[in-house]
Amino acid sequence: MKNLEGYVGFANLPNQVYRKSVKRGFEFTLMVVGESGLGKSTLINSLFLTDLYSKDYPGPSQRIKKTVQVEQSKVLIKEGGVQLTLTIVDTPGFGDAVDNSNCWQPVINYIDSKFEDFLNAESRVNRRQMPDNRVHCCLYFIAPSGHGLKPLDIEFMKRLHDKVNVIPLIAKADTLTPEECQLFKKQIMKEIQEHKIKIYEFPDTEDDEDSKLIRKIKEKMPLAVVGSNVVIEVNGRKVRGRQYPWGVAEVENGEHCDFTVLRNMLIRTHMQDLKDVTNNVHYENYRSKKLAAVTCNGVDATKNKGQLTKSPLAQMEEERREHVMKMKKMETEMEQVFEMKVKEKKQKLKDSEAELERRHEQMKKNLEAQYKELEEKRHQFEEEKANWETQQRILEQQKLDASKTMEKNKKKGKIF
Amino acid sequence: MSEIVPPEVRPKPVVPAKPSHVAPHSSGPFVPSPQGTGGEGRGSALLGYIGIDTIIEQMRKKTMKTGFDFNIMVVGQSGLGKSTLVNTLFKSQVSRRTTSWSRDEKIPKTVEIKSVSHVIEEGGVKMKLTVIDTPGFGDQINNENCWEPISKYINEQYEKFLKEEVNIARKKRIPDTRVHCCLYFISPTGHSLRQLDIEFMKHLSRVVNIIPVIAKSDTLTLDEKTEFKQRVRKELEACGIECYPQKEFDEDMEDKSDNDKIREAMPFAVVGSDKEYQVNGKRVLGRKTAWGVVEVENPNHCEFSLLRDFMIRSHLQDLKEVTHNIHYETYRAKRLNDNGASGGNRKNTD
Repeated sequence: MKNLEGYVGFANLPNQVYRKSVKRGFEFTLMVVGESGLGKSTLINSLFLTDLYSKDYPGPSQRIKKTVQVEQSKVLIKEGGVQLTLTIVDTPGFGDAVDNSNCWQPVINYIDSKFEDFLNAESRVNRRQMPDNRVHCCLYFIAPSGHGLKPLDIEFMKRLHDKVNVIPLIAKADTLTPEECQLFKKQIMKEIQEHKIKIYEFPDTEDDEDSKLIRKIKEKMPLAVVGSNVVIEVNGRKVRGRQYPWGVAEVENGEHCDFTVLRNMLIRTHMQDLKDVTNNVHYENYRSKKLAAVTCNGVDATKNKGQLTKSPLAQMEEERREHVMKMKKMETEMEQVFEMKVKEKKQKLKDSEAELERRHEQMKKNLEAQYKELEEKRHQFEEEKANWETQQRILEQQKLDASKTMEKNKKKGKIF
Repeated sequence: MSEIVPPEVRPKPVVPAKPSHVAPHSSGPFVPSPQGTGGEGRGSALLGYIGIDTIIEQMRKKTMKTGFDFNIMVVGQSGLGKSTLVNTLFKSQVSRRTTSWSRDEKIPKTVEIKSVSHVIEEGGVKMKLTVIDTPGFGDQINNENCWEPISKYINEQYEKFLKEEVNIARKKRIPDTRVHCCLYFISPTGHSLRQLDIEFMKHLSRVVNIIPVIAKSDTLTLDEKTEFKQRVRKELEACGIECYPQKEFDEDMEDKSDNDKIREAMPFAVVGSDKEYQVNGKRVLGRKTAWGVVEVENPNHCEFSLLRDFMIRSHLQDLKEVTHNIHYETYRAKRLNDNGASGGNRKNTD
């Protein structure tokens, strides 16, 4: 690194970026997934201190749903001159039916469709207005059973951990005593590692302070949260919390729950990182899979990729192999088709031959029958002829006799 | 008539010539008064003390000697605190809790039926308590027909009892393994019943006494609790599900008013715990959180004591009777009808 001899001024760069970004405003899409009744809507309201879901516009979970829906609501919030377009994607009906197989499919489809929109927007000629609607973070709510993850939780996270940043949360954490909470967290982390689920990992920084913070957060994962919008007075202070007959569970008290940790992490420190990871890792994954399916050559594979994709050469090799295999398959198929056709033709010929034979036989029979008939007729005819001839002869004879007698008579007559 | 001297001398009132009024809380000719206010004869005037009321005492002695069975089944998703609640109800470690967090006991792939029996004794009365657990219920991704193993089990118990009954030489006291009571644990979502809950209760409310309870109710604030209960009650009514105590089996006004009060308070929102903490100088069962201690037996905190009083202190015998007289009889009638006209199938078993 070179040390400069004077003041150049590019240390001002971050400020320029800052000013530009503030003008542009930010976008952030947050998805909440979990069974109904786990306090998702309340937590969203608490996180952003707005009534995204209120009495007049009740959250999706207040309405009974039969199938999993994916609903999004947008809200524009301003703070200190910075504008944030916040999109909350809710998934009512998740895990509520008796048979919950494939209830994660609508969620996956939604995330993929957002990636696809962004891909198309990126490939357009006019790219100025490119809205970023990709899901940057998915908060997964785990029911506070105290035992461990349910099969549904494991399935869902396994299918979504390479599409979106998954942050697991323990919902309604005021059900658990501190000891139960610790054990539960340990159990969950153990199961997450067992099933090789990749939840969102905080990036390591060089800054000492930050890394201490990050380590503390990592120890507390998954975060146990409690949400509330009701303000209660406790010892003269106004706090947000839940009023029970035995005490008030304060939402923003670090000893009661991890809500403040979540809020700081999600909004104050790691929002940009979540967006970056979505863009560099999850989106690139999606993109490479999509484009590799479309193009056969590995040209696109040489572009800059995230860490999770293979080297371009290996990809080319694989594509070539696939192509060769396809060719071979086509060849065998064609041979098969050819043989089949030949067999068919032979069969047809045989059939027509047999047919001809049959007809020939029949005609022969007909002829013979006719011949026989004719024979009979002739025989008859001959008989008749013979009869007739004999008859004729008899007649002749008679005639002769008659003539003879006539002659005799004549002779006799003459004598007289 | 030899007079049987009752063990306790009770004040004998002057026998009224004709009953001019009926006591407000009873309408029958008898008053089986547990408080022992003296056997007043109604209907036919008694001219002296006979001692019929001592039958209660005799029954008590007999029951103490023989003891009795009670079978309770707990159904619900894992992690709702079933085992803890049963332990709290009977104040002893009757249910094996998953205290060991080792994952050797994985969620079973199908619903299993596990029953554990204990004999507990109190005041000279022995009770053989059997707790039937159903791990794996509602825990899978696809929970279609997960109530079938449970329904099969209940019917099997009825079948066993029936077989014993129709034996030529049958035992004096048939071991009763029928399920007297089924506690169904509702998850405290705060919204409404889940599809699975409704399906289960629809299929099983005609076969066994179901008592729905809201599990882990320390999640709900008081307002949320009342709202949730109302909604659950409405839903149960809308689906035509009759939970114990069933309206159709109320025998008289007294029963009806008692049961109505209970039905208003159902489903009970309970919290279970077997750990004790110090609160205001007393040792109470409860759960200690960072913001306070949830006392299990405090009626302001949760309705555990209501449930316990209802189930054990007042309706225990009734649960058994409804199971025997109604559910079992229904099963028996169906079975014997199916078997053809031969009502008494004299089988030679054992």
